[in-house]
Amino acid sequence: MNKDERVEPKLLIENLSKSYLVQNEEVKALQGINLTIRDGEFVAIVGSSGCGKSTLLKIIAGLENGYQGSVLLGKERIAGPGLDRGMVFQEHRLLPWLTVEKNITFGLKNKKPEEIARLVSEHIELVGLSGFANAYPYQLSGGMAQRVSIARALVNQPQLLLLDEPFGALDALTKIQMQQEVLRIWEVEKTTMILVTHDIDEAIFLGDRVVVMSSRPGTIRRIIPIDMPRPRDRSSSEFAHIRKEIYHEFFTDAEEPFAYAI
Amino acid sequence: MARTTIRNTDKVKHFIQYFGLMVLLLLVWQALSMLGVIQPIILPPPSQIAIVFWDLLKNGTLLKHISISVLRVLEGFGVAALLGLGLGMAIGLSQTLARMTDLIIQVIKPIPPIAWIPLAILWFGIGEQSKVFIIFLGAFFPVIVNTIDGIRQTDHKLVEVARILEVSKSRFILQVVIPGAFPAIMTGLRVGLMVAWMCVVAAELIAASGGVGYLIMDARQLSQSDVVLVGMITIGIIGKVMDSIISWIEKRVITWKTAFVGV
Repeated sequence: MNKDERVEPKLLIENLSKSYLVQNEEVKALQGINLTIRDGEFVAIVGSSGCGKSTLLKIIAGLENGYQGSVLLGKERIAGPGLDRGMVFQEHRLLPWLTVEKNITFGLKNKKPEEIARLVSEHIELVGLSGFANAYPYQLSGGMAQRVSIARALVNQPQLLLLDEPFGALDALTKIQMQQEVLRIWEVEKTTMILVTHDIDEAIFLGDRVVVMSSRPGTIRRIIPIDMPRPRDRSSSEFAHIRKEIYHEFFTDAEEPFAYAI
Repeated sequence: MARTTIRNTDKVKHFIQYFGLMVLLLLVWQALSMLGVIQPIILPPPSQIAIVFWDLLKNGTLLKHISISVLRVLEGFGVAALLGLGLGMAIGLSQTLARMTDLIIQVIKPIPPIAWIPLAILWFGIGEQSKVFIIFLGAFFPVIVNTIDGIRQTDHKLVEVARILEVSKSRFILQVVIPGAFPAIMTGLRVGLMVAWMCVVAAELIAASGGVGYLIMDARQLSQSDVVLVGMITIGIIGKVMDSIISWIEKRVITWKTAFVGV
């Protein structure tokens, strides 16, 4: 990572720990997390459920306060939510009573009507939903609804986009399509993105680096840089090699399934 | 979701399912009366009730009583809806207010409106006000309790979204909390209107000279069990109509849910 140090880090996490009180007992969710994310980087975090990866994302989003260590966005310590960070959740979390357009403008403020109209139509186009501005969430498919929620997160032009298992609830084909979409949006918008997932292929396909986390307490086990050019071929031998490497982080010495692929 | 158009045979089937049991019940009742099993003084046959119903309708007596009762219900329910919605929203949004009012609401809520009649007469006399007050009491608690519940059940996931987007408090209340509480609020209004209508008989026990409740009490003194039944059935039908109106409004207002109603 000697290359990274020359660039000003976008997000600097140092010695981060977080614990919860569960029935008067302290449960460590995260311990000793150190991670530096460069401007414009795409970082994928993989881990099994309960490893604290979503907690990490919530801390960065400012939804979880009371952590130990430091989390700096630019030069500022994260102490609450802010428009400099957008977030996409596993569920689309759209307001069911608002149209696509109104859902996207939900978080916009202090903007002139013309500007709002321009931003909305730009972002509807960006996520490939032209013609659906007046549709209600219940009229959309899961993938389309997730596109709206990505547009809603991006419309404030955040410096950092946090994706919390955004495709976990989608079917396998829509998922692949959405991964390509996010990649395209990342290339166009150049937003720094942090993706949390339990899908190893997704992490390798998207990330500049893959952060492998282990559970209880959540720690970073390994950070694997992915140097393959994009778009990445999931069936290439290099891809398979990295997949195997990450797989071994989770299932050391255990029998390996013959083929792991979507 | 694409639904195939309902076939005509299905329509007939649904129609029979909807009205069949009611018709059968009336036929059995009529037959038992004609066979002399049921004494007409205990329970008059449907045919006699229908004749009395028609007579009262034709000479305008029934409509006069209905309009008196409906007006009272609308007055009592209107005040209850306004106060219940207003206070319910305030209490739902403020934890302090909720703590301050919870005990009072929980203790007064179980007292049946009829138990208030003596006090209502002392406070408001035997005129219109005391009756409206009784109806108000019946409708108020379902409205306020459902409004508070609806606001309290705001989806935690949407609250997180609003926090991340730093949405202003007023926008949060108007676009997240209130629409989310709408189904519960509509349920409260619906139950409130029902209870208000049910309270009309109780309210008209207070020296009334008109209204469907009065019609029943008056007929009772004259041992006209057929008129009593006409009054009862009228209350039932009007209640059903009111409920249909509210659920019609509900469907128009809560458009985002219509997709799930048709299952």
